[in-house]
Amino acid sequence: MLVKQNKPYVINKKIDSYFDGVYHAFKFVKRFFAQVIRPPFHFKEVINQSYEIGIKSLSLITLTGFIVGMVFTKQTRPSLEDFGATSWLPSLIGIAIVRALAALVTALICAGKVGSSIGAELGSMKVTEQIDAMEVSAINPFKYLVVTRVLATSLTIPILALYCSFVGLLGSYLNVYGSEASSLTMFYKNAFSDISFLDIFASVVKSIFYGFTIGMVGCYKGYYATQGTRGVGKAANEAVVLSMFLIFVEEIIIVQVSNWIRLY
Amino acid sequence: MNSNKNIASPLVININNVYKSFGELEVLKGINLSVFKGENMAILGKSGSGKSVLIKMMIGLLQPDKGEVFVLNQEVKNLQGKELDALRLRIGFSFQNSALYDSMNVFQNLAFPLIMNHKNLSKAEISHAVEEALVAVGLESKELQMPADLSGGQRKRIGIARTLILKPEIMLYDEPTSGLDPVTSSEINALIVSVQKEYRTTSVIITHDLTCAKVTCNRIAVLVEGAFLKVGTFEEVFNQQTDLISPFYNYNFIQ
Ligand SMILES: Nc1ncnc2c1ncn2[C@@H]1O[C@H](COP(=O)(O)OP(=O)(O)OP(=O)(O)O)[C@@H](O)[C@H]1O
Ligand SMILES: [Mg+2]
Repeated sequence: MLVKQNKPYVINKKIDSYFDGVYHAFKFVKRFFAQVIRPPFHFKEVINQSYEIGIKSLSLITLTGFIVGMVFTKQTRPSLEDFGATSWLPSLIGIAIVRALAALVTALICAGKVGSSIGAELGSMKVTEQIDAMEVSAINPFKYLVVTRVLATSLTIPILALYCSFVGLLGSYLNVYGSEASSLTMFYKNAFSDISFLDIFASVVKSIFYGFTIGMVGCYKGYYATQGTRGVGKAANEAVVLSMFLIFVEEIIIVQVSNWIRLY
Repeated sequence: MNSNKNIASPLVININNVYKSFGELEVLKGINLSVFKGENMAILGKSGSGKSVLIKMMIGLLQPDKGEVFVLNQEVKNLQGKELDALRLRIGFSFQNSALYDSMNVFQNLAFPLIMNHKNLSKAEISHAVEEALVAVGLESKELQMPADLSGGQRKRIGIARTLILKPEIMLYDEPTSGLDPVTSSEINALIVSVQKEYRTTSVIITHDLTCAKVTCNRIAVLVEGAFLKVGTFEEVFNQQTDLISPFYNYNFIQ
């Protein structure tokens, strides 16, 4: 007879299971890096997924980016007018959007839109045993589902972020044009006058981290979904909450690091 | 049908004193089972008795806490990566809930395992193989339908076709007839028998449907409280009725 004794906890049940979860998540990330470098590579599936992600979030990013650019400009104008410094407006907006807003806005939209759908999709595949079905027909589900999706989000979200800065500046231009009637090329020239290559590079790197986070968290939550259909909703929900939280944490760290680099 | 004939053939699945618990719940407590080449073995047991757990161990989806599971002379627990994949390609597993890929249509569902395991197949070869598997289960016309649009019985048959496409030596069926009407059930039973004949498979069939067990299987094992109470031919098992076995019989044939 097997006699199961109560597992002794190191600290207490809650804290132990929290660290257990962190350990599991790190193992999941490690597994990704171990598998991403080994063949077979499912390039076609990465392309498919990237396309899906782009299609899913493009309209929302266009709308949000445009409005953020426009509103931000409109709200900033009065303060600058007080100093008679409205000519600084384009470069100020350029810095705000390219350095900070575009990547963050894109990441948050994708965390909601893409992260939840990855969590729900993998979650439902898990609870209806479709992931097991892949495994028994000798297909590596981690490679086919997780690796491809994480690569797709890490590739697509930076591109979407660049697109978001472009649309954001366009929205801002519309407001500037309303009061000053400057040309679009002039506006973009001014907007980019204070933006260095480092800014764009940092923004892309930041977006790669965000994309990786969104893909990884969505897959992790989905891949370990339990409790039937209820678990699917839970996986989607937790994927959004956790990836948004991690995005903010990463934002703080990356801003610190890039400011530090800028100084030296 | 006679079980003695099979004893002489080689052992395909050998389960040796297997234990499995989930937390406090002891599901399997000392399972022993031998399945021989070419035979169909039914495993009967009531809901929650651990039948699905047992059959999942045969393909390495779950591992025993204690004891050994040998399939085709290899201990499943010791296999990893390529070796495990190689063994799994020789086994077909039909899931209790069919587990069809929701996002793919029927054709893609069948083609997927084939494409992923045989990279060099031409388009014509793939559609030929899909066609062949669909004919085997009698659903040639459903190629372009999505799984959500199929009936339960059709889903089961597509699930079986998806495993047949890899030409397995062993078939594991997890409740192939559960939740189906008697007519569809008997069609599935006929399908299982014809798969055994045509593909020369050895099968393990989990069921609580005695008609299914009687029609499709050479031997029967009854799982009660985590261990096999009785293993033998249908007649051997059900002739001497005990308190634990007769409920099955009564439910299936008297009610
Ligand atoms: N992954 C798991 N985690 C925890 N408990 C599990 C797991 N899988 C199965 N169990 C438990 O093991 C027991 C046996 O489950 P199993 O699915 O094997 O039953 P079954 O005999 O197939 O029943 P049914 O005829 O309803 O399919 C159940 O009590 C179930 O709750
Ligand atoms: Mg079951």
